[in-house]
Amino acid sequence: MEDIRFTPGLLPPEAEALRAEVRDFIASHLKGYPGVKRAKSWSGADPEFSKAMGARGWIGMTWPKEYGGGGRSFLERYVVLEEMLAAGAPVSAHWVADRQSGPLLLKFGTEEQRRKYIPAITRGESYFCIGMSEPNSGSDLASIRTRAEKTADGWRINGQKIWTSKAHTAHHMIALVRTRPQDPKDRHAGLSQFLIDMKETKGVTIRPIRNMAGEQMFNEVFFEDAEVPADALVGTEGGGWGQVTTELAFERSGPERYLSSYQLLFELVREIGADAGPAEAAGIGRLAAHLSTLRQMSISIATMLERGETPNLAAAIVKELGVAYEQDMPGKAHDIAGISPRTGADAGGFDQVMAYMTMAARSFSLRGGTREIMRGIIARGLGLR
Amino acid sequence: MTGTSEMANILAEAAGRLLEDHVTRDVLSAAEDGTWPQDLWQELEQNGLTQPLAPEDRGGMGATFADAFVIAFAAGRRRAPVPLVETMAAGWLLGRAGIDVPPGPLALIDGGGDLALKDGALSGVAKSVPWAAQAGHLVVEIDGTVLLVPADAVTLTPDSNMAGEPRGTVTLEAAKPAATGSLGLTGNLPVARTLGALMRAAQMAGAMEGAVTLAVQHAGDREQFGRPIAKFQAIQQMLARAAARAAQARSAAETAFLALDRVGDDLTDAEWDVAAAKVVAGEAAEIVYDAAHQTHGAIGFTYEHELHFTTRRLWAWRGEFGAETYWAQEIGQRVLARGADTLWPDLTARQKG
Repeated sequence: MEDIRFTPGLLPPEAEALRAEVRDFIASHLKGYPGVKRAKSWSGADPEFSKAMGARGWIGMTWPKEYGGGGRSFLERYVVLEEMLAAGAPVSAHWVADRQSGPLLLKFGTEEQRRKYIPAITRGESYFCIGMSEPNSGSDLASIRTRAEKTADGWRINGQKIWTSKAHTAHHMIALVRTRPQDPKDRHAGLSQFLIDMKETKGVTIRPIRNMAGEQMFNEVFFEDAEVPADALVGTEGGGWGQVTTELAFERSGPERYLSSYQLLFELVREIGADAGPAEAAGIGRLAAHLSTLRQMSISIATMLERGETPNLAAAIVKELGVAYEQDMPGKAHDIAGISPRTGADAGGFDQVMAYMTMAARSFSLRGGTREIMRGIIARGLGLR
Repeated sequence: MTGTSEMANILAEAAGRLLEDHVTRDVLSAAEDGTWPQDLWQELEQNGLTQPLAPEDRGGMGATFADAFVIAFAAGRRRAPVPLVETMAAGWLLGRAGIDVPPGPLALIDGGGDLALKDGALSGVAKSVPWAAQAGHLVVEIDGTVLLVPADAVTLTPDSNMAGEPRGTVTLEAAKPAATGSLGLTGNLPVARTLGALMRAAQMAGAMEGAVTLAVQHAGDREQFGRPIAKFQAIQQMLARAAARAAQARSAAETAFLALDRVGDDLTDAEWDVAAAKVVAGEAAEIVYDAAHQTHGAIGFTYEHELHFTTRRLWAWRGEFGAETYWAQEIGQRVLARGADTLWPDLTARQKG
């Protein structure tokens, strides 16, 4: 059984120093931005907002300066992220590029790829999506069948991805595909990652899928003899599984793992008001207690990452706890406020956010590894499997 | 930073080893039948582990709360059947009020009930006082005044909590303290209650780690359908969830200990962290209690098996020094009084230190 420790830490002064600056930026850029839009959290997109963040140096903050990055610490980035999320800022356009694709390219990409893609990401102009799931490959990612075959001057891709968030707005996809047939003895072998230009590549078709909250967030993406150049390969041919695993670790313990439904708590506190009864106050108090402890755990992991540690088990635990918290929020809000939320233009902020979040929260325990997969990872850490 | 300092490592090692050696199943069982584990207490006291928080010139070790966390955690992890955390908390109160700390076990009394201080003497009734019969002195905090009351100055009606730990109703009739001092600390709540909840949160986190560890061991040993039950996903998922909640409780408790080191002369912010720790520990207790017993099956329901020494304490501590509802109301009322716009700024400011 691994020792599970969350050493309490505080954000250092240089990180705290950024907070007021970020709040000022948000106050001026998001004046009058409605609650129901803020509730979209890191699913809400606004390219102009992304460009403004890029201009402030708040995308790719931890990346080397030579590629346009900020050369700052993970803890400074943490402050910017959590302030954006607490405000419900529309950070989704650049989100995947900032959180996953950029770090992936910096770690596994060629020098040429870094010079070509990273600077535009940091300016908030270049957006990425991630092609992983397929119709018959969800949690069992190693079973994917989309394949790339070597051609004279590159690769030819055939197959289908699904549930690809933001494929319809992203400039590029980093897709995990099969470059060798499946080996029953080593299911993780023969997978590779490709960087695909979503706007220019012929043979790529994107079909939106409407979700139960009425949004178009994710898509089906079809590849029919889609030709990509040789330098579209990211990292090593056949090394895709190891690269993807690293990539997923970037996304397990950040502030987005407990702040996705923060706007509902905000609206709930406003709705309940200062003259609440003891039961309502206790309900709010429980939610606030979790918010506070989850933030502390998340900061603790960011501190460990900054020190160069790899707290994979602890990160999985934060995702397990954080996702449960943000997903349970509508149910707790229901217990406290007891309404059937109205929707539509006349509905109040609390009603709209409540209705939206009740539906949107269903995806929280699915995205980035399901609840069951995460508990499996924790169980392995406990020595149960 | 806590948990990584040299002092914390020394204390963790000393407390862990000492408790592991002395707190056997027989000692636990005997303690429940009323036998005071004198050897254990003597060892703890001789090693300075009972007074980490009192200043050196008052008879303590002068350690920080951050360092002392490991002792309270170990006390819960090993189910120490002695008032280790109460003595520790009472020692801090005495030290802060400029009172020399007497040797021996101390009882901690929450003066927020119906106790009243008049002309320097204390009257009223305090219920469910932990370890009152074993303590040489009772330490009472009432409206910022700390009183050291000799045990023979009060009347005690003993009872016990559901884990068989000694508790009792203390009746004071114009009881004269041996010493009185001023705490010099403002806050929203009775200070002894906050300290008691802080200690219980750490003990509960320790007890939960203990319960999960026992369950993981049992799941690996116990075979059904031709394989260890640890191989079943239902067991894995249940224990993974429990382990995560136990880790949250530990993190929250450790954070609250750290907050106590930053109080200065105002406890208000630290009360928030203590409240959060007691709330998440109490909620986690229910999940861990369920998962640990479900994994153990019928053997865990026997008195013979050691699991109940941990899980009954866990449940009892959940209700002591304020249950979840009490502490959740405290935080909730503060949040609602301040309003939605300050919820996030207040949180980040409080955790800034």
